[in-house]
Amino acid sequence: MTMAGYDIFDILVGRGDEKKPVIVQGITGSYGSTHTRLMKAYGTNIAAGVTPGKGGQSFEGIPVYNGMAEAVKATGAQISGIFVPAQFFLGAAMDALDAGIKLLVAIPEHVPIRDSIKVIEHAKSKGARMVGPNTAGVIVPEVMKVGIMPAQPFKRGNTVVFSRSGTLMYEVSYNLSNRGYGQRLCLGIGGDPINGTNLIEAFDLVRNRPDVDSVVVVGEIGGDAEEQLADYIIRTSFSKPVVAYIAGRAAPKEKRMGHAGAIVYGNYGSAESKVANYAKASVPVAKRPAEVPELLAQKMRR
Amino acid sequence: MTYIAALTANMRLLEYQGKELFDQYGIRIPRSHLANTVEEAREGAKKIGIPLVLKSQLTVGGRGKAGAILKVKSEAELAPKFNELVHKEVKGELPRGILLEEMADIKKELYLSLFLNRSKRCYSLISSAEGGVEIESAGNKVVVDIPVDGLTPQVAEDTATKLGLTGNAAVAFVDLTTKLSKLASEKEAELAEINPVAILGDGSMLALDAKVIIDDNAMFRHPELKKYEHVSELEKQAEVSGFSLVELEGNIAIIGNGAGLVMSTLDLVADAGGKAGAFLDFGGRATTETIYEALRVVSQIKKVEAILVNLFGGIVRTDLVAQGLLDAYKNNVITVPVFARISGAESERAKQMLQGSRAKLYNTVEEAIQAAVAAVGRR
Repeated sequence: MTMAGYDIFDILVGRGDEKKPVIVQGITGSYGSTHTRLMKAYGTNIAAGVTPGKGGQSFEGIPVYNGMAEAVKATGAQISGIFVPAQFFLGAAMDALDAGIKLLVAIPEHVPIRDSIKVIEHAKSKGARMVGPNTAGVIVPEVMKVGIMPAQPFKRGNTVVFSRSGTLMYEVSYNLSNRGYGQRLCLGIGGDPINGTNLIEAFDLVRNRPDVDSVVVVGEIGGDAEEQLADYIIRTSFSKPVVAYIAGRAAPKEKRMGHAGAIVYGNYGSAESKVANYAKASVPVAKRPAEVPELLAQKMRR
Repeated sequence: MTYIAALTANMRLLEYQGKELFDQYGIRIPRSHLANTVEEAREGAKKIGIPLVLKSQLTVGGRGKAGAILKVKSEAELAPKFNELVHKEVKGELPRGILLEEMADIKKELYLSLFLNRSKRCYSLISSAEGGVEIESAGNKVVVDIPVDGLTPQVAEDTATKLGLTGNAAVAFVDLTTKLSKLASEKEAELAEINPVAILGDGSMLALDAKVIIDDNAMFRHPELKKYEHVSELEKQAEVSGFSLVELEGNIAIIGNGAGLVMSTLDLVADAGGKAGAFLDFGGRATTETIYEALRVVSQIKKVEAILVNLFGGIVRTDLVAQGLLDAYKNNVITVPVFARISGAESERAKQMLQGSRAKLYNTVEEAIQAAVAAVGRR
């Protein structure tokens, strides 16, 4: 399921931290407009926005188009951040893919599973990739961000953080930054049962990057993404140091813990199962977010 | 194959609701009647005839083992057995009605389900010639991955062959599978399970049970399923405000911004010897109003003796959150102490605002938890 040759870094920042154009879908909505300002302030080159019916207007000097075809034609953008409500997600994502977008960052929560699957299949046929839905987005610290994450937890460096939870991505990155482990990339996998980019695909994006020296993976209960990842690390001899954190050890079974994907039944999806599988892959699991940098320091010393 | 049961959701339909859907899609079901009172049960018995089966309508599994399915062999048995089931709790759940059903003349049983496979991002069609047992323990399973838009007749035919079905039974199986797949696709089910499927003497097939789980997030496209939604009053209030709420056993309510963060806080509370009484994620939009509303929701949970607030992120204006806390105390929405770790914009101002109130601010979540656990006592 991996896409050979897909270079997310090249799409995000080119060869040398270039300011690549980004389109915001839903730019005039309350969510989209708030985060457009924040992304711009962080240094993201928001080249255009799309809101059907508002073409021809502008938002803070950013031109607004009715559809993605026009917006892509005008800007040459390969990246789109989707900030529309879940009901409009499918249409927006398909519009973006048809217009040639290569990286879709899908922020909305409560997207129907069916719609996610349709978008993933269409993206695959177009050589594109979706991150999310229900993700905080993607950030290349001190260069650009497409998403809703705050700026302050992130510092530039050589670690990568992949997270199934938004706030825990901030918290863990903050702890890493404070202890001198800046990040080259932080990517929100998303809290849904089905993700455009799952953990294994995310690891594939960084395994051959010389500017990435370690990976922190923030998981949670539910599903078997961590188990599959542990197997992948062993099977493909993933060589960079990996440290994990798993939220939800104390959560009761058969209850959906806020995220659509965070639910345990029996041993399937349980923290115990994930910790046990990580142990087989020699991946230490932190007990609390603040312990992540300590474990990483130990791993890096070896 | 434990992953099937991992899909428990709000939109887990009761058996009779699932069977209503089956009926709409032309899947044969036994003659049945839903009863909430003995009078309704007597009416149903007249329609169906005795002997019949009484089935408690629950969302939890294992009804048979728990004695929540009873056979009625004479009219005299009907009322006492009905009353027994109405008051019988299974895994903490009381039935929402009792389904009366005709006894089928079963020759053989099968297992059949379609479930949404997370890692493969498609449906898996699972069947077995051993029905009526949990699929985890059933032998000779046939698993085929099919697109979310439905299966082709060829796949259904191949599956019938693999199950050893021939003649009328093979034809009936292809028909049943096609209809179930159509139902799953159109209603956006995460799971559509028939266990068991009964093969009758003439080779025709009957769905004896129904377990259907609909993707909650797709409900905006399915107003026709709205009548099957079942949430507690408190969960409803939380949902209206855009919160995720899970009621738990302990006495410390945990409020935070982000599901992962709240889960992580829950773990730390447990590590510190405390017990969480509620999990409330109020998402990214933290304002004076949302924190006030979150406090109002958890304050209705009687066993809550302390509230732990854990906020992280620059999106949160912590002074607005502090104002929400102050307002909640002023209006007597909450009376219990609040232990808060608020990291975000304007946190110094928030600290000043809360001085002298029953809400205390801590620099780390660990400190806030220690204080909360000390205040309510370890369990």
